[in-house]
This record gives sequence, C-alpha cells and structure tokens, in this order.
Amino acid sequence: MIRMHASRQWFISINYIFLTIVGLVMLLPFVNILAGSFSGGNAILQGRVTVFPVEFTLSNYESVFNNAAIWKSFSVTIFLTVVGTLIDLLFTSLMAYGLARKELKGRTFFILLVLFTMIFPAPIIPSYLLIKSLGMLNTLWALIIPGLISAFNLIIMVSFFQAIPEGLIEAARIDGSGEYRTYWSIVLPLSMPSLTTVGLFYAVGHWNGYFSAIMYLRDPGLYPLQVKLRQLLIASDATNVMQSVQMTMQSVEGIKMATIIVATLPVLVIYPLIQKHFIKGAMLGSVKG
Amino acid sequence: MARKHYLWKHWPIYSMILPGLLFFILFRYIPIAGSIIAFQDYNVFSGVLGSKFVGFKHFVNLFMYPEFYRILRNTILISLYQLVFGFPAPIVLAILLNEVRKMVFKRTIQTVIYLPHFLSWVIVGGLVINALSPNYGIVNSMLSSFGFQKIFFLQEPQFFRSIIVVSGIWKEIGWGTIIYLAALANVNPELYEAAEVDGAGKFRQVISITLPALLPTIMVLLLLRIGNFLDLGFEQIYILLNPLVKETGDIIDTYIYDVGLLGSQFSYTTAIGMFKSVVGLILIVGANQISKKLTGNSLY
Repeated sequence: MIRMHASRQWFISINYIFLTIVGLVMLLPFVNILAGSFSGGNAILQGRVTVFPVEFTLSNYESVFNNAAIWKSFSVTIFLTVVGTLIDLLFTSLMAYGLARKELKGRTFFILLVLFTMIFPAPIIPSYLLIKSLGMLNTLWALIIPGLISAFNLIIMVSFFQAIPEGLIEAARIDGSGEYRTYWSIVLPLSMPSLTTVGLFYAVGHWNGYFSAIMYLRDPGLYPLQVKLRQLLIASDATNVMQSVQMTMQSVEGIKMATIIVATLPVLVIYPLIQKHFIKGAMLGSVKG
Repeated sequence: MARKHYLWKHWPIYSMILPGLLFFILFRYIPIAGSIIAFQDYNVFSGVLGSKFVGFKHFVNLFMYPEFYRILRNTILISLYQLVFGFPAPIVLAILLNEVRKMVFKRTIQTVIYLPHFLSWVIVGGLVINALSPNYGIVNSMLSSFGFQKIFFLQEPQFFRSIIVVSGIWKEIGWGTIIYLAALANVNPELYEAAEVDGAGKFRQVISITLPALLPTIMVLLLLRIGNFLDLGFEQIYILLNPLVKETGDIIDTYIYDVGLLGSQFSYTTAIGMFKSVVGLILIVGANQISKKLTGNSLY
C-alpha cells in the first residue's frame, strides 16, 4: 500500500513538472521575441537576449510605427477583418437559421451539400480562374467573398440555433412575427455567445489570412499585414520593405521582432476576453463536423 | 401541387438559405466542376468552354514526370510524420492535463497552450526562424554550449520535414486537447474510484478507463485526418520553403501554386489537384469502411 502511494506521488510530481515545461515551451519563443523587440541590435546579434531586454531601447518600435508600408498593410487588414467578419456573420447566421428550422424540407440534403465541401475542398487553379473571370482579381473582395461562409462555422451556428427552445419561436409566430423578424429580433439577440465565438473564428481567419492574398492579389499596395510580414520576416527583401527607414544590419532583427509583436498584439488583447466562448465552439464544430 | 403549396407557405425560410446555397454552389461546386480543364489544353483566351479536349494526356504526363514523384513523396512523408507524431500528441497531453487536480494550474496551462493556435503561420514562421537562427537563435546557442557546431537548420534539406512537424505540433497541440478534454469530462469518476479500490495503478487506469472513453472521439478525428491525408497546410510549408530545401519540402499544394498559378500551367496542375482530391475521397471512404467493421465507429 505504502509503495503504491509513493508511486502515485511520483507520477503527480512528474506530471506537474512536465506540464510546466510544455507551458514554458509555448511561451518562451514569444517572450524571447518580446525581449528582443526592446533590445539593441548588437545585443540580439550576439545572442545575449533571452527573456529580458538587453540595452533597452524603443527605437525598434519607432521604426515600425514610422514605416508607411506597414501602416498601409495594417489598415488593409483592419478593413478586411471588420468588414469581412460582419458580412461573414450575416450570411452564416442567416443560412444557419434556415437550416436549423425543421420546417425546411430537404434539410439533410442541404447539410450534406455543405459537409461534402469539407472533405472535398475547392481546387486551387479552378478557384483562381473563377475569381479571375468574375473580375475580382486584384481587389479586396477576392479576400472576402470566396470565404463568406465557412462550412465549419456554419455547422457550429446550426447546432447553437437548434438549442434555442422551439416554444420561443412558436410564440413569436403566434404574435405575428415573420421569419425574418424572428431571426433578427429574437434569435440573434439570444445568440450573442455563439455569434461571438464564430465571429472570433472569422476575425482571426481574416487577421491571419495569407494564402488567398498571395493567390488573388498582385498589387503590393493591396497586400494585407501577413503578406507584408512574410516579406519582412522571411524573404530576403526585408530591406526593400523597410526602405523608408534608415537601416543598418544591426537594427533589422530588432525591427522584425517589434513588427511581430505589433502584428500579434490585437489577437493577444482579445484572446483572454473570449477564451471561455471559443472552447464551446471548438467542441461543437469538431463533434458535428 | 402539395409541394408547391408547402414551398409557398414557407418561402421565407427557403429565401434565407438561398444566398448561402448560391455561395456554396458558386465558390465550392463550380470550381470542382471546373476541374474539367484537367482534360483540356486550357487556354486563357478560349476559356473552359472553348479549350480543346485532350483526354487523359495530363494524367499520363503526370506519371512520367520525376517531379511528380518528388512532390508526392514529400507530401506523403510529411503527412505520415504528422500522423505518427502530431496526431497522438494532443491525446497524451489531454490525458496528462486530466490528471491535474489543482484547477488554477490546469487553467493557466490551458490558457497558455491554446494561444499558439491563434497566431498566423507567418508569425510562427518568424518564431521558427528566430529560434533556429545560426547567429543568435536559442537552439544553436544550446548546441554550441554543448560544444556542437552551429547548424543552418532552414537551409538543410534533411531538417525541413522535422521542422514542419515540430512547429505544427507546437502550434496546434493545445487546441487539439479541447475535444479530448471534453470527452474525458464525461467519464464517471466512480470508475476511477472503483479501479483504485481494486488496486489498479495510474497507468492501468489510463489503459482500461481513459483510453476506451476516448476511443470514439479518436476514431472520428482519425478518419477525418485520413480523409485529408494529402491536404497539408499550404501556408505553413510555403512560408518556410526556400530553393535550398525544395528537394524535401515541396508538396503538392505548393507545387500547384508555383507551377500552376504563377507559371500558368493550369491544366497540368489541375490534373495534380484532381489526383489529390480523388485519392482523399478514396481514403476517407475506405478508412470509414474499415473502422465500421473493426470498431463500429463511422462518420456516416
């Protein structure tokens, strides 16, 4: 008995240590970048920065904020995120409301039609040719319209709407409310948690979007943040992106790190606020999907 | 007649799903139908309707190009490594998290491990480049402090696949635990108490109680994963891909983008895309059939 107790204790301690290490591995790369973004270029290049800034400076952030190209891409991404998310939510919730109603004959067929697109995604080249023939190439609409409804998010919303008591919708109908009014003034206000969850998934998708931008845009003036970021962080043409800044080799790395922090900040700020919502959404989506 | 009447009575509901339905048809099904250009010599000026049909020419060519075997090999290998290492990782992590009794600790770890899911692949690529930098990266600092030579990880073909698999696990392992933790929350605690009384150790409890409870969830996710076997994330790989590592890192989707979209070889690369989709469909139907027989779990 005593030996078993000891082995239990042993397991628990190892488990706590292991999970702490996992947590640190998740955080460290980020903390390292954060420290670097406030550090002098020489300190970074000599590998002296780990978790605290060395030779503290704000100059990296000054360079980022003074860079017109980065601001431009920021404003493109903010536009895409705000406008895109709102339109996505409108179309997704409208279709989800219809699909959640049992009066809709052929529901199973319509849902299968949607689910099939999850295992058989639209092929790259024909999608590109379609966008081209619709005249959307090189416009920001190409980053919004083809992603209007995500099958995953749609299924999440359908399950949320199905959980709304039938009696409520019935009562509204008896009071003479049409379907559109029931949807807009009864169901949507009741569905704020699900709208927040799905809205978050859409917003993060727009904020982080990269593939559709390099697929459909050729004009650098339209590039959203992630495309600019990639040019800056990864491609060798970092100096071109930052050309308006007087840049020496020493400062490049610090500026890259400051850009990463600035580009991630909005996600980091909303993340704790909505954490409890998205877990529910992630579960629903995976189970039904 | 009765059907018409029904539609007429409930037209508002049908009108609500109409925009969405048109969306799925236009942007999901029409491109699938557009794959017909794989059987043509597609020409931008003649369009899909006017281009000449050439039968299976592109498919025959495909299997004769050594390039095709290179990208197929890379896709299969990376996907296989992800399946072997990346798929079980969140299961193990969820089981370990489930054993934690201190709620504050558990929630803190959860908050931290979900976070990388919300970072873009570009940012994760930036973090990888930073961590692996030969000059100041943390990995090379550690290597050199142990007396090893510095390595240019991102320029060495033999490291590319490992970097993709590890950074993929780093980003998604936490998010992956959510669904398993939900399944574990439904396990009756009395089962563990009874096992304890019977003298079953922790390991025995995991094997006999926890894993069977997770099995249906694991099977469903595994089937979906197998259906997407050839669909690796384009963004993750394209962002770290450079000419030096194309030999091991170029996959089907990055090749379609580079050669098809940027190089305008539309028909040939659509044939590759079609090959990928059809294999995916066969895999998911086959895996579903096998799973139905062996475990009774299936997708449909």
